[in-house]
Amino acid sequence: MIEQWFPNVNWDKMWEATGETLYMTAFSTVLTFIFGIALGLLLFLTSRGQLWSNKFTNVITAAFVNIFRSIPFIILIILLFPVTKMLIGTLRGPNAALPALIIGAAPFYARMVLIALQEIDRGVIEAARSMGAKTSTIIFKVLLPESMPALVSGITVTSIALVGYTAMAGAIGAGGLGTLAYLEGFQRSREDVTIMATILVLVIVFIIQFIGDLIVKRLDKR
Amino acid sequence: MKPGNRHNCEMVPSHSKRTALTDERTVTYIIHKYVQPFCSSAEGFFIFKSGRCRLAPTGTDASSYRNINTDLLKAVQKMIQLTNVHKRFQLNQTDIVAVDDVTLSIREGEIFGVIGYSGAGKSTLIRLLNGLEQPTSGSIVINDLEMTTLKGAGLRNARQKISMIFQHFNLLWSRTVEDNISFPLEIAGVKKAERERKVKELIDLVGLTGREKAYPSQLSGGQKQRVGIARALANDPEVLLCDEATSALDPETTNAILDLLTEINERLGLTIVLITHEMHVIRKICHRVAVMEAGKVVEIGNVLDVFQSPQAEITKRFISQVSENTDADKAIKHLQEDTNGKLVKLTFIGERTEQPVLAELIRKFEIDVNIVQGNISTLRDGAYGTLMLQLIGNPAIIDEAILYLHANEVKTEVLTND
Repeated sequence: MIEQWFPNVNWDKMWEATGETLYMTAFSTVLTFIFGIALGLLLFLTSRGQLWSNKFTNVITAAFVNIFRSIPFIILIILLFPVTKMLIGTLRGPNAALPALIIGAAPFYARMVLIALQEIDRGVIEAARSMGAKTSTIIFKVLLPESMPALVSGITVTSIALVGYTAMAGAIGAGGLGTLAYLEGFQRSREDVTIMATILVLVIVFIIQFIGDLIVKRLDKR
Repeated sequence: MKPGNRHNCEMVPSHSKRTALTDERTVTYIIHKYVQPFCSSAEGFFIFKSGRCRLAPTGTDASSYRNINTDLLKAVQKMIQLTNVHKRFQLNQTDIVAVDDVTLSIREGEIFGVIGYSGAGKSTLIRLLNGLEQPTSGSIVINDLEMTTLKGAGLRNARQKISMIFQHFNLLWSRTVEDNISFPLEIAGVKKAERERKVKELIDLVGLTGREKAYPSQLSGGQKQRVGIARALANDPEVLLCDEATSALDPETTNAILDLLTEINERLGLTIVLITHEMHVIRKICHRVAVMEAGKVVEIGNVLDVFQSPQAEITKRFISQVSENTDADKAIKHLQEDTNGKLVKLTFIGERTEQPVLAELIRKFEIDVNIVQGNISTLRDGAYGTLMLQLIGNPAIIDEAILYLHANEVKTEVLTND
């Protein structure tokens, strides 16, 4: 029956593309999580009245975050061609999409990290300071654990956005379901291929959301 | 428990038997129980008579006592000394003076209360003590350590010995009860096995046995504050700062927490500084109190002295929080207009509250006594009561009766005919 509805789908190619999409999403999600938290912490700690309160650093970081968050992703990929070439050595394939994915998503996630950190009760930070905690202790034992549910739901949203970004990157040759849907489906007028690719993207998104919700639920003891 | 301060105190009044106090805990206990409530300054000297340590009555000839030992006074060491402390904030281009030239000393092992309305500067004051705020000028010495010059690791180490509990508990919701209590030990770099032992001990101390694995969200307010207290005690601090620690709790839980603080103070000899806006808290557990208004300490003294004869207007208002009610005030106003007889206010202190002064008064003098209002406040180290009476009868006999009351050490104020 599936053969009837999707006569043009080459399943080997379809699974390979799915694998590539998953690879790009997972890899970029992990690095976005790390860079986003670092940027978000920097934004938070340098803001007024916080531990590293520093207007200059704060303004510079905020500007960086805002600029890279505002550039449309498809343009960001093109602008980053030289960087990608230098880092990866090629402009084609899943790896070539990674720099753009991470640079596009980390600032977006950094904003969510900032919001998550601002939600922490100031009193808890004060309590940790009153116990003689170092800033690193406050970061790793107070700020991150206390904001973890919000950080995880943020990375869930970002990760889903990244699935979309991989499809866009696919349109200019990164591989994955985006490339398949565009080259095999759209350009050859095989709608069933496009639809199957879309269904798989949806399934990936649902699974990410499900996992994200599950983790948040287990983490949140409030 | 406490380092230093190991005096062999000996007080030898001329008549009574030689009593040697060699145990530091006994000395601390005696000072708390008997000396502090009756002695507002570290001046004068003590006599030890009929099992009690008392401040010698003024005018006592010191030379009639041999070997009066001033070591006892030295034993009441200063734990905290603030000298000319100022703290200014810049808020939207306006200068706010939160703490204005505060000088005060807090003794080792005492429970010292700071009372004031919100905005009086008491929260800033308490945060100056552990360096969460730095003073604009002035000196803060805690246990011989000048806090204002401390930075980095020095300040962090000092903070481990000056712990703090908070109005909103400030527990980490992501950690269980035991992990919350363990947190300061992790900061101090205590080994895991030692941490577990200490946490168990603290859980027992604050009465949370059985709730070790619970998360803060599963606890009541009182239980959360117990976790806060256990956490604060983890690194064996010398000073415990309480920032409105009971203000978010209901009256019953407040009392339970205050009892716990008293117990800790007595068992561990910990110096406790608490800030509050509730006179009830001061009355129940404090040895001494400072009243703050607009950044200044307007009154300071033993709780009993302050209750008995408040000087500042704001202190009187705080005391009326716990001792008067407005209905009675109305009745008194009404009676003051009544020319029939005299309205008098009697103030009893300590043992006097337990004696039937009134019965004797009625038996001895031919007057009618109308009780208008009365109450007894139980302070930490003694009771204090007021009784409002209308005395009706022959004015000459009334005057005699008032003299009789004075003779019986009952402070008597006449409220009518003015």
